[in-house]
Amino acid sequence: MPMLTYREALNRAHAEALRADDDVFVIGEEVGRYGGAYGVTKGLIEEFGPDRLIDTPISEPAIVGTAVGAAMAGMRPIAELMYVDFLGMAMDQLCNQAAKIRYMFGGQIGVPMVLRTQGGTGRSAGAQHSQSLEAYVMHTPGLRLCMPATVYDAYHLLRQALEQPDPVVFIEHKGLYALREEVDLDEPPPAWGEAVVRREGRDGVLVAYSRVVHHAMAAAETLAGQGIEVSVIDLRTLNPLDFATVRREVEKTGKAMVVSEGPMTAGVGAELAARISEECFDFLEDPVVRVTGEDIPISVSVELEKGSVPGAELIEETARKLLA
Amino acid sequence: MTTPAKAGPAPATPVTTPAPERLPLYREMRRVRTFEERVGELFVRGESAGSMLHLSIGEEGAAVGVGTTMRDGDTFTTHHRGHGIFLARGADPRRMMAEIGGKETGYCHGKGGSMHIADMSLGHLGANAIVGGGIPAVVGAGLVARRRRSGAVSLAFFGDGAMQQGILYESMNMAALWDLPVVFVCVNNQWGMGTRIDQATKATALHERAAAFGLRAETVDGVDVLAVRAAAERIVGAAREGRPGFLAIDCYRFFGHARKDKSPYRTEEEEAEGRRRDPVSRARDELLAEGVAEEELDTLDREVATEMDAAIDYAIASAEPQLDSMFRDVFAPDQPEPEPVRTRIDRVLARD
Ligand SMILES: Cc1ncc(C[n+]2csc(CCOP(=O)(O)OP(=O)(O)O)c2C)c(N)n1
Repeated sequence: MPMLTYREALNRAHAEALRADDDVFVIGEEVGRYGGAYGVTKGLIEEFGPDRLIDTPISEPAIVGTAVGAAMAGMRPIAELMYVDFLGMAMDQLCNQAAKIRYMFGGQIGVPMVLRTQGGTGRSAGAQHSQSLEAYVMHTPGLRLCMPATVYDAYHLLRQALEQPDPVVFIEHKGLYALREEVDLDEPPPAWGEAVVRREGRDGVLVAYSRVVHHAMAAAETLAGQGIEVSVIDLRTLNPLDFATVRREVEKTGKAMVVSEGPMTAGVGAELAARISEECFDFLEDPVVRVTGEDIPISVSVELEKGSVPGAELIEETARKLLA
Repeated sequence: MTTPAKAGPAPATPVTTPAPERLPLYREMRRVRTFEERVGELFVRGESAGSMLHLSIGEEGAAVGVGTTMRDGDTFTTHHRGHGIFLARGADPRRMMAEIGGKETGYCHGKGGSMHIADMSLGHLGANAIVGGGIPAVVGAGLVARRRRSGAVSLAFFGDGAMQQGILYESMNMAALWDLPVVFVCVNNQWGMGTRIDQATKATALHERAAAFGLRAETVDGVDVLAVRAAAERIVGAAREGRPGFLAIDCYRFFGHARKDKSPYRTEEEEAEGRRRDPVSRARDELLAEGVAEEELDTLDREVATEMDAAIDYAIASAEPQLDSMFRDVFAPDQPEPEPVRTRIDRVLARD
């Protein structure tokens, strides 16, 4: 099986989507000539030209808004925000426009666009370039949300996102671009919206998505060495949310931890913990524990940045306490 | 490269400014140049916090020409390429370097870094990593200055990339509408990452847009620090009287966007040509031509080098911030700090 990086898988998904459908185009800052700030669209302008890899001025609201209009007018834009942190600037176009158009206009039209961006810590990029803002998106009805953790998913989730009738926010993790895995992209993907159980265990379940899936897997491995067997669920998409898979694993094990890099309060973990508590109450032996980022901004200092988000150690330590 | 266009009659550079007055400007520009070179060195030595370091080499004329017109009480915001402006305004290079290294002794205790340096005692309301993000704050600061009749001016520094952000136009309109003591300074180094200014806009005579909002607006050649200073004195002086202004300063980004960018999207010829527009060597050549002894300038350069070497040493010798300091300053000091995740987990899972 070929080795591929997360970045290369995304690049390939773009290339194949652009090749397969003339209505697909990419629009954003530095997506064409430069090849993307993180190199995801590198080389594509050579094959597809500047009409399909549209370099824009630094104008985030207009980038997202242009994609909204193009989607309404019948094309399939992939708009790129260089950092998820810039969502703040484009929030109106995403949340008041893209998310609500189908509903407000009584179902007359949808906005089939993909908004690609990346987030997370790991580069000492500071408070305005390191955030995990998926909760903003998840909180807004009308938006789909996916956050791939693996090379395979980076490819397939982007392809599937481009098949959706509604706006999809696609958040990559900057710490995963160099991740290299052996993948068979020809293997058919799980259906859109399905979570994947990455590891099965009887003692408890760790629910995760994006980069922390890898931390959860590392923690699970260490725990296995101590005789503790946990399941690890990779949600893959947060909207749709595959709660059936979560419920099944929680009912099986009776103990659940949710892991995310973003801040704890009103985060994705909060939503998951609430649903598990409500819907699996009779099966739970312990409180659902959130292992999350701290409720603080991200510092540029290497040490503080690392300390602000959960790693494999904190997950393992917490699991040991919960499952003891 | 766009040719600098002037709005209205601007007095020619006063070539008669005597050497003793020009020497401090040269020294200040040399300090900026050398500081930025040392930032590069900090990165190479693996002592910087990350690689998102945007050097202002080539922009010294802008930083020093405008930075030295500010007075005590004036306030300003900068962008991600703002080291030079802050240094010209009087920053301590050691604390700047320490901040860039993410150290406790830095201006923001290692929380901000290169793109978020600030110092309220010098009126620096903050550098910004959001293109355009620091612009509207000067409208607010200008509003306060006018209300309190403090005589202070507030200046926003930003790159040409920010000329395409809507927030600039909302801010300029309000500053003009309310006659605020505010100046918008666009450091036009021709590039925003890999996008040349004429690939980002048809309207490359940037000051014309500001003029359309009713601001006093000029474009000046940033290679000539005296011309920049003269323009800044006009524009900042008028703003102090309640006539807000805009100044575009033409210059060239000598190196890549950030430390890891090798600018493959520019030709070598263009770069060579751009780097000939060097405000530091130009000022030096002029001083030599006016009879300042070369040894004097060499000595000055060496003093500056020693100062900036010390800044590196200081940054490297400084300690990392204490881990628990990360919970400080989310809110005001008398407010409870957020509970650490680990503490909460232990509390939740505490068993008898
Ligand atoms: C809102 C926002 N969009 C995009 C970026 C990414 N980015 C950082 S600097 C930059 C180019 C800025 O160009 P310019 O304003 O001309 O400043 P320069 O880097 O040339 O000094 C871009 C696109 C950002 N930091 N913030």
